Amino acid sequence: MSTATAAASATAKPLSHRKNRDLAIFAVFILAALAAPALVYPVFLMKVLCFALFALAFNLLIGYVGLLSFGHAMFFGFSAYISGHTVKALGWGPEFGILAGTACAALLGLVTGLLAIRRQGIYFAMVTLALSQMVFFYCVQAKFTGGEDGIQAIPRRALFGLIDIRNDLTFYYVVLAIFAFGFLVVWRAIHSPFGQVLKAIRENEPRAISLGYRVDHYKLMAFVLSAALAGLAGATKALVFQLASLTDVTWQMSGEVVLMTLVGGMGTVFGPIVGAGIIITMQNYLAGFGEWVLVIQGFIFVVVVLAFRKGIVGEIVAWWQKREDKKAA
Amino acid sequence: MFELLGIAPQMLFGQLLLGLINGAFYAMLSLGLAVIFGLLNVINFTHGAQYMMGAFVAWMLLEWLGIPYWGALVIAPVLVAVTGVVLEKLFLKRLYHLDHLYGLLLTFGLALIIEGFFRKQFGSSGLPYANPLPGGMRLDFMFLPNYRAWVVVASLVICFGTWFMIERTKLGSYLRAATERPDLVQAFGINVPRMITLTYGFGVGLAALAGVLAAPAYNVSPVMGSNLIIIVFAVVVIGGMGSIMGAIITGFALGIIEGLTKVFYPEASNTVIFIIMAIVLMVKPAGLFGTQK
Repeated sequence: MSTATAAASATAKPLSHRKNRDLAIFAVFILAALAAPALVYPVFLMKVLCFALFALAFNLLIGYVGLLSFGHAMFFGFSAYISGHTVKALGWGPEFGILAGTACAALLGLVTGLLAIRRQGIYFAMVTLALSQMVFFYCVQAKFTGGEDGIQAIPRRALFGLIDIRNDLTFYYVVLAIFAFGFLVVWRAIHSPFGQVLKAIRENEPRAISLGYRVDHYKLMAFVLSAALAGLAGATKALVFQLASLTDVTWQMSGEVVLMTLVGGMGTVFGPIVGAGIIITMQNYLAGFGEWVLVIQGFIFVVVVLAFRKGIVGEIVAWWQKREDKKAA
Repeated sequence: MFELLGIAPQMLFGQLLLGLINGAFYAMLSLGLAVIFGLLNVINFTHGAQYMMGAFVAWMLLEWLGIPYWGALVIAPVLVAVTGVVLEKLFLKRLYHLDHLYGLLLTFGLALIIEGFFRKQFGSSGLPYANPLPGGMRLDFMFLPNYRAWVVVASLVICFGTWFMIERTKLGSYLRAATERPDLVQAFGINVPRMITLTYGFGVGLAALAGVLAAPAYNVSPVMGSNLIIIVFAVVVIGGMGSIMGAIITGFALGIIEGLTKVFYPEASNTVIFIIMAIVLMVKPAGLFGTQK
């Protein structure tokens, strides 16, 4: 998907300058997020943050390695089940539940990644979709997932045995910290030498191979990292809603995270966050419209793909770049 | 022998027949996907929705206009193919110069729109479609319902007809040539853009025809397509999209394997195709009939 991201990566400004600008934007975002519960219902904000982290994880693959995973719900949803099960049935603390979910998602990512990276392009998308459907069927049949009921009323025990997260506002700040951690992991990954190799694979895989990079290792590492972060988001979401259900493992969920990233801007640092915010807000307002939500989501897909491929943040970056270029000329 | 395995022959052959019928649908759908992908380089995610549309159009023709099954078998695929041609003209052709993934995303969006619309109109529980061939034959080892026999025969005719058309006729040779080198075929004076449009229409029509065949066998439901398309994707990964015959053989074979799994280890019957996909990816990543690009 190099065409979509070429504009973002081919900037004339020195890298350090852009990095500082992005970090400044992130700092402003965190400040705004700290104040946000004064205006917005914290559970809604937590939902947005969980999906934003999910979309960031997905974007790491599509935006920086050029791999379209159409099965990311398997990590999100399976991890939600693991954290729900360990916390509810085994009585673990929330921190261990989230860790267990994330670790299982990473392991699942390792297994499915080893299979999926054997194919490229649209085959990669089809393989990940098929594998996630397999995980879905497993979750339907497995005993611990509770079938159609899911795992309900997952308790919110004290975090580290100290912090009472039954209060939504307190838990919101915990979720914000988890989100910030996830963002910084992605940030670090894409700005490290590792991330530069990923971008090289995205732009020209045969070239990267001929330069001596073990492309499959890099792809697999990126895939596992993305799976783990998607799992972190899913495990946290299970505790936010105190529910892990089949909805989170369906192919529709995989489609939703694609949509969020596409709307916000694939391959941009903040696009997934913006996209998640927009799609979750939209779902909130359209909740009463039932099946029309599907139609509207499909419609957004079509419009964005046909007319608006860079996404919101991508368009802003391109516009800004044009302005800077004009100034320089 | 059957007694040794502890399985009644009726059960075994019954499931084999069901597997064969499922396999017929896998084969017809993966065939259409392969033909479309060959020329358009687009993985048609809308394929499942178009299969569902075929079934629904047949239902509407029967319920609203009183046109029986045999008429719908011709009319429904043509109508759905026309909507496919419109989609190609309006949307798909704008994406041919871009990464293939955009085609996947666009057709995914279209599939959501179509499925959402039908769910809104008809609910997601499904509607019955009267069996046009009631009754059946009592064989020594099993009872063979007439309609199921008809589906197997019809799908074999459709699959091998398509194979013959593409591999053995003049028209098919144009199609194969355009798949390899569209620029060269265009230079010989053949209208390639029109050929692309008609190929998409043909692939979509094939999906709709499968949908009409499916209508009496299963319920007519808005979700019938999305459930099936993911399995068909796995079938396509297993078979590879390079070969028409490969798509047909893989489709039928996987249907039969799935049927056998229902007999011997029912817990895995939902997942067996995905497990086979994983094994094929390990052993021969390009697919059984594919060549790695």
